[in-house]
Amino acid sequence: MKGNDMEDVYILAIESSCDETAAAVVKNGRTVLSNIISSQIALHTMFGGVVPEIASRKHIEKINQVIEDALKGADMKLEDMTAIAVTYGPGLIGALLVGVAEAKAIAYAAKKPLIGVHHIEGHVSANFIENPDLEPPFVCLIVSGGHTHLVIVRDYGEFSIIGRTRDDAAGEAFDKVARAVGLGYPGGPKIDRAARDGNPGAMTFPRAKVGDNPYDFSFSGLKSAVLNYINHAKMTGEEICVPDLAASFQNAVVEVLVSRTVEAAKEYGFSKVAIAGGVASNTALREAMQHACMDAGLSFYYPSPVFCTDNAAMIGTAAYYEYRKGVRAGWDLNAVANLRLGER
Amino acid sequence: MKILGIESASLVASVAVVTDDTVMAEYTANLKKTHSQTLLPMIDEMMRLLEMDISEIDAIAVSGGPGSFTGLRIGSATAKGLGLALGKPLIHVPTMDAMAYCLYGSSSLICPLLDARRSQVYTGLYRFENSFEVVKEQWAADLHKLIEELNARGEKVIFLGDGVPVNQHILEEEMKVPFQIAPAHVNRQRAAAVASLGAVYYRQGRIETAAEHKPDYLRKSQAEREREVAERQGELEKLAAGIVVVEH
Repeated sequence: MKGNDMEDVYILAIESSCDETAAAVVKNGRTVLSNIISSQIALHTMFGGVVPEIASRKHIEKINQVIEDALKGADMKLEDMTAIAVTYGPGLIGALLVGVAEAKAIAYAAKKPLIGVHHIEGHVSANFIENPDLEPPFVCLIVSGGHTHLVIVRDYGEFSIIGRTRDDAAGEAFDKVARAVGLGYPGGPKIDRAARDGNPGAMTFPRAKVGDNPYDFSFSGLKSAVLNYINHAKMTGEEICVPDLAASFQNAVVEVLVSRTVEAAKEYGFSKVAIAGGVASNTALREAMQHACMDAGLSFYYPSPVFCTDNAAMIGTAAYYEYRKGVRAGWDLNAVANLRLGER
Repeated sequence: MKILGIESASLVASVAVVTDDTVMAEYTANLKKTHSQTLLPMIDEMMRLLEMDISEIDAIAVSGGPGSFTGLRIGSATAKGLGLALGKPLIHVPTMDAMAYCLYGSSSLICPLLDARRSQVYTGLYRFENSFEVVKEQWAADLHKLIEELNARGEKVIFLGDGVPVNQHILEEEMKVPFQIAPAHVNRQRAAAVASLGAVYYRQGRIETAAEHKPDYLRKSQAEREREVAERQGELEKLAAGIVVVEH
């Protein structure tokens, strides 16, 4: 080994799976030296959601600047990097392809190993950045605009999925409800903000149970109930109290997410719980999970909002453990839009 | 002066290394495999064959569009990544220019056609007098209108590109001036032409940094086209609510 294990590992990571162009430099998997995110949210707001073609075009315009800023922010040069990492799925195919082609060309020209990273593994790994004591195994709830998964993180890069959504992702339900009450896009932060002034018990919405698997989720019934409520109110000319509606809807989502996660940790016998993904920065979810874990005697871990949103630091963290395992991608690495968790 | 040419605007994946007067290597494949899986392995293989290190390249010429949006971005991101890592400039070569350059010295008006679907083609008009001349810069055209324009010009025309076979019956029916179709070895995009014309543009100072480079799509995204319609009809709020606005 010639003491290779002791050498510092610097990873330049690139992420472009949706509407953020991001690059970061991560040292030894847990120290973020730079974390640059160029967000396109303002651009997509006028379309009521992310437009894939526009996102892809913006990625190509921004990506070199973002990467150069990440290297500059870390005060390092490309030649100082140990490896190049990139998100290759899941996500918007056109958006992913920009990052993948760019990362491959950089790795090739700079003669660095290339590591393809699963976007969701990245989100889970975001928990390692600010929690130096956190190590697998633990239970992790992954909630974002495109994903709702309950997983057991058995080891670095090793996951068992124990629950998933049968229909809408949690974040998707937030977006649709926000749009219906005129709060606009992106729905998650808008609902979160509106709910702070509302009464979570004002309206009662259903908490769906999914028959055969106690850890699966379903949000389409809840979403429909909220939309029906809005339609009914509109027809009868009744005024909707948006903060109350936002708080009641959010409460229904949070209750389901928290109860399943805590039940899973108890059932499978794990003492640590983490959350990940864009919706993990929802303040009501964080508070409720914190309380439930405390009551159940579980340790609770969560990333700062900047590491919950799509970012490249989490990709660099996930890539570090892949790098240590000797995982390398070839020059034919392709983007995979519907890449499943645990699939390589 | 060594120039790496990259071409991935449509189905053709092509890479080449061109010095001042020699194509040192060119690798072209015309198959339905994503450029994401072919382009960089092709560059790698070509470099191995040449026993050349990628850092010996002086500039990267990339076929800058129009073409398939995704195809263009794979070529563009590859060129940008190489340019960033090597600290070398990029040369943006319009795709139609590079295609026309394949027919260097032709006495006819050169008209590349790239299938743009939606009953359109990407095209441009070129000729050789004493040198390569852009008669009309590349644009997205309705094929029937393009043919009208060619008929009005009254010159002999030579066509090339993947827009030819799919529209051959229309060309045969509507073209009133004599026309030819380029033979197989020069009737699609080639990276050697991108690099070779790239060298000419390089000498004219038409270079850009890897960060500056972006493809020239010649067409807006569908969402932006819908937005323009919505703006005209005063229905922007529908669009923001995620409702598709159709022209009426």
